[in-house]
Amino acid sequence: MKKSSSPKGILQTTAVLLLAGFAMSLITACNQAGGTKPAPNDTATVIGEYTADLTHAPFVPVARNYPKTEKVIVNIEVVEKVMKLSDGVTYTFWTFGGTVPGPFIRVQEGDEVELHLSNNPNNKMPHNIDLHAVNGPGGGAEATLTVPGHTSTFSFRVLNPGLYVYHCATAPVGMHIANGMYGLIQVEPRGGLPKVDKEFYLMQGEFYTKGKNGAPGLQPFDMDKAIKEQPEYVVFNGAVGAASGNNALRANVGDHIRLYVGNGGPNLASSFHVIGQIFDTVFQEGGSEANHNVATTLIPAGGAAIVEFTCKEPGTYSIVDHSIFRAFNQGALAQLVVAGNADKVVYSGKISDELYQPGGAVATQEPADPAAPDLPLAERFKQGQQLFEMNCSSCHQSTGMGMPGAIPPLAKSDFLMKRSDEGIGILLNGINNEPIIVNGNHFQGVMPKLSLSDDQIANILTYVRNSWGNKSLVVQEKQVKKARNQ
Amino acid sequence: MKLPATSVFILLFLLPPVRPQAQLEAARSVRAHGQVNTEMIRIPAGKFQPFLLAADQKHERHVAAFLLGQHAVTNAEFLQFVKANPQWRRSSVPRLFADNNYLSQWAGDENIGNAAIRRSPVTNISWFAANAYCKWLGKRLPSLDEWEYAAAARPENADPGADLSRIILGWYDHPTPAILPAVESTYRNTLGLWDMHGLVWEWVDDFNSVMLQGGNFYCAAGSAGTANKADYAAYMRYAFRESLQATYTVGSLGFRCAQDIK
Repeated sequence: MKKSSSPKGILQTTAVLLLAGFAMSLITACNQAGGTKPAPNDTATVIGEYTADLTHAPFVPVARNYPKTEKVIVNIEVVEKVMKLSDGVTYTFWTFGGTVPGPFIRVQEGDEVELHLSNNPNNKMPHNIDLHAVNGPGGGAEATLTVPGHTSTFSFRVLNPGLYVYHCATAPVGMHIANGMYGLIQVEPRGGLPKVDKEFYLMQGEFYTKGKNGAPGLQPFDMDKAIKEQPEYVVFNGAVGAASGNNALRANVGDHIRLYVGNGGPNLASSFHVIGQIFDTVFQEGGSEANHNVATTLIPAGGAAIVEFTCKEPGTYSIVDHSIFRAFNQGALAQLVVAGNADKVVYSGKISDELYQPGGAVATQEPADPAAPDLPLAERFKQGQQLFEMNCSSCHQSTGMGMPGAIPPLAKSDFLMKRSDEGIGILLNGINNEPIIVNGNHFQGVMPKLSLSDDQIANILTYVRNSWGNKSLVVQEKQVKKARNQ
Repeated sequence: MKLPATSVFILLFLLPPVRPQAQLEAARSVRAHGQVNTEMIRIPAGKFQPFLLAADQKHERHVAAFLLGQHAVTNAEFLQFVKANPQWRRSSVPRLFADNNYLSQWAGDENIGNAAIRRSPVTNISWFAANAYCKWLGKRLPSLDEWEYAAAARPENADPGADLSRIILGWYDHPTPAILPAVESTYRNTLGLWDMHGLVWEWVDDFNSVMLQGGNFYCAAGSAGTANKADYAAYMRYAFRESLQATYTVGSLGFRCAQDIK
């Protein structure tokens, strides 16, 4: 608070102090009459003032860990804008701060937050903000209903430490949230959280578009799908691939990681999981109670969680909603790339891969037909299609489009079509986390080596290399055989 | 500051006086020059179901016959008003009657500047300014019921399959264009009215009546008194009106005038 040094100001201050003293004596009287209820520690004198440093996902502001209660100014502008939802798919997002999710706000227990919500003059809609960290009607919604071209201000004391969701609560609330209006506010407990090596901000949300997943162009919002809770997209940080591929989170072996994870919804609860990691600590629902040794934690819509783990092994770790079709078919997939040296004691990798044929069947592979017959393209294509759907389409999709940022496309893939081995080597050996460039996009991940016969590989490659705009000659079994024996 | 109805009336008395004779002359000369399309459409009496009901409202509301502007008031038309009533110039209007963005799309006090928006709806005008314009022409702003009733008429010349809801949502789905399109650029409804949805929001006389009746339109509370919970397009309109105060000006908010049938 600014101090006034003018005589008038001193007079005013004196008057205020006198009044305050009078009020205090009244309160004391009430306490004496009403019992021994302790006064809540929510009106500690505010010392100092600063403007909050806000960050966009996946980044988190640095904790200040100051000893006193401060006044924190938070400035957020609401912007309605068209952005990418997936490759070739755009959407009119309604945003806090121009991004989905909105900026990460980090304050400390007891602080007085003065929030300024500006509604960009070019917007059409009125907007407001309901912060779950607020004790008061509507969480600030009533105090901040703001027409385009205006700024609303209100202030609140953050009395409860924890990780909280904020969102727009203007009617119809569901549509404002479905269009991306949510973010996180972390109320640091006094003394702060233990120091970690890396902190990240992830927020899940689902999108209800008129067109099906992948349908190109500017997609309108579909209220019917929203009411039925049948989204086309479930994503982290506002778009398919927003936190994978080139945008993946990055850390080193030995790093202690803390993820602040929110779920904007509007409808779905998230079964939050990092494949191949165990959370040492989970502050479930963003609260104060620490749970330990958890692999999957439930995050309700409009809720959050803090999860902590240590990266023990290098590799690419998929961060998913373990309601798993959302991850593989709707986009709920982020990645954490951990660099460093492997520790074979913690994780050996594959030691061997031998044939397993119960019931006393022959223990060796069928002898290869020395005269592997050449088959026409149409026949291999037809069988290849079935094999592709069974073995490949859950990742690469039946459309051959893959998943932006996570799974490379096969359709018109320069990486595949320009290979001298027709791709045979990839199916024989798999891909073990080597970085690759496909059509100019960076990918890094694991494609397992599948147990496929040479004949089957020839069929799959013939299908893949002649579908979705790809065109090439038939791949014959003998080519695969030759490559395998090299 | 939200203005209760009584203070609106008090403020109206404070408005700079307008000379009726001068008004009429100005209006007449404008008509003579053909610059103001004053054509009004007769809206027949009828019933409609309002989207948001106050506690004491019936589900069906009766609306008497009235006249309503064929299209929203344009920048060019509003310029004539400002020329005839200099107290409504951008530099003269008291902050009590319009906020800082009043007519901010214009180049000057009596200069629209950008020819591309002459026939676009005038926006960035306060309720007070819209009200004064209508009064100047011997008209008035439509009531909320009148506006909603007239706006509910079906589109006549829209693309096949483009129902009203789709037109409104199509507008929501796109950011505001840099140059606001001209009036009569979207669709005409069966009453003969242009652009009731899909071009700009429009002021109504009692825009804050829902609030005044104690309506709470935030969060889940907003769904308590609605006639049709799936009509989210209407939710937006009511939420928008609730966020307004009479001095506010918004880049996507215009108006059209109504008139009693004598």
